[in-house]
Amino acid sequence: MPELIAKSALAGFAPLTRLDTTLAKGQTLRLTSVAPWPGRMAQVNDALGALGLSFPAPNTQSVAGSARLVWTGRDQAFLVGAEAPEGLAAHAALTDQSDGWAVLTLSGPAAADALMRPVPLDLRLAAFPPGRTARAPLNHMQAILTRTGTQAFEVMVFRSMARTAWQELAEALEVLAARAKAG
Amino acid sequence: MRLTCPLCGERDRREFYYYGAEDYLNRPAPDAAPQAWDDYLHNRDNPAGVTRDLWYHDMGCSSWLVVTRNTVTHEILDVQAVADRKGGAA
Repeated sequence: MPELIAKSALAGFAPLTRLDTTLAKGQTLRLTSVAPWPGRMAQVNDALGALGLSFPAPNTQSVAGSARLVWTGRDQAFLVGAEAPEGLAAHAALTDQSDGWAVLTLSGPAAADALMRPVPLDLRLAAFPPGRTARAPLNHMQAILTRTGTQAFEVMVFRSMARTAWQELAEALEVLAARAKAG
Repeated sequence: MRLTCPLCGERDRREFYYYGAEDYLNRPAPDAAPQAWDDYLHNRDNPAGVTRDLWYHDMGCSSWLVVTRNTVTHEILDVQAVADRKGGAA
């Protein structure tokens, strides 16, 4: 048997800090897509109750301890950081997505401004408070955005696009820093 | 141009993919007359005014949408999820 080494999609990328705002790779956790079968939402919520979670409304997430259920589309959410509870598979389509997505984090005072350059959404605090999520384009990439704090975001993209996403966000930070320097 | 997705909210046009006329939702029965199939596949109105067509929110929630818009004034009059229509998927 060959020895396979699990590697992050952003292995070797050191955190980048500009304007006290840091772009870093996020933790790669267990990721499971949960898509309830038609008419089974009550049973899905019963099964999720074992984790203290419930199926999230659009653009929100459900959080219990280190486990999260993030809304990712019509009748679909991603279970992050926990194994699917027993009984859930009978009422929802479950697919392991752990190796399919890359996670980036952006935190600091310029995080929202930097992210709003490639993302055509209003991500200011009043319009996009902590806990909000969105499916939105990061330039051409279909990203999942979550505001994890007043100055912190989590960005998920397809693993194959991890380095492009990093480059786009790094450039957004560099541009803001250059402008601030120029006054 | 901006479309208000029933799930995601108001979003930029670049997030959506245009599919074609609403006629695609009205598929004839398998044994329908050839004329009905010809109309379904090939014949479209080209109105100067209110029209309804299908859009896909491919950069967002992956919903199929029926958009009612005016081709003269470019107004967006209504956006509805196909799944929310009577007889749509639950």
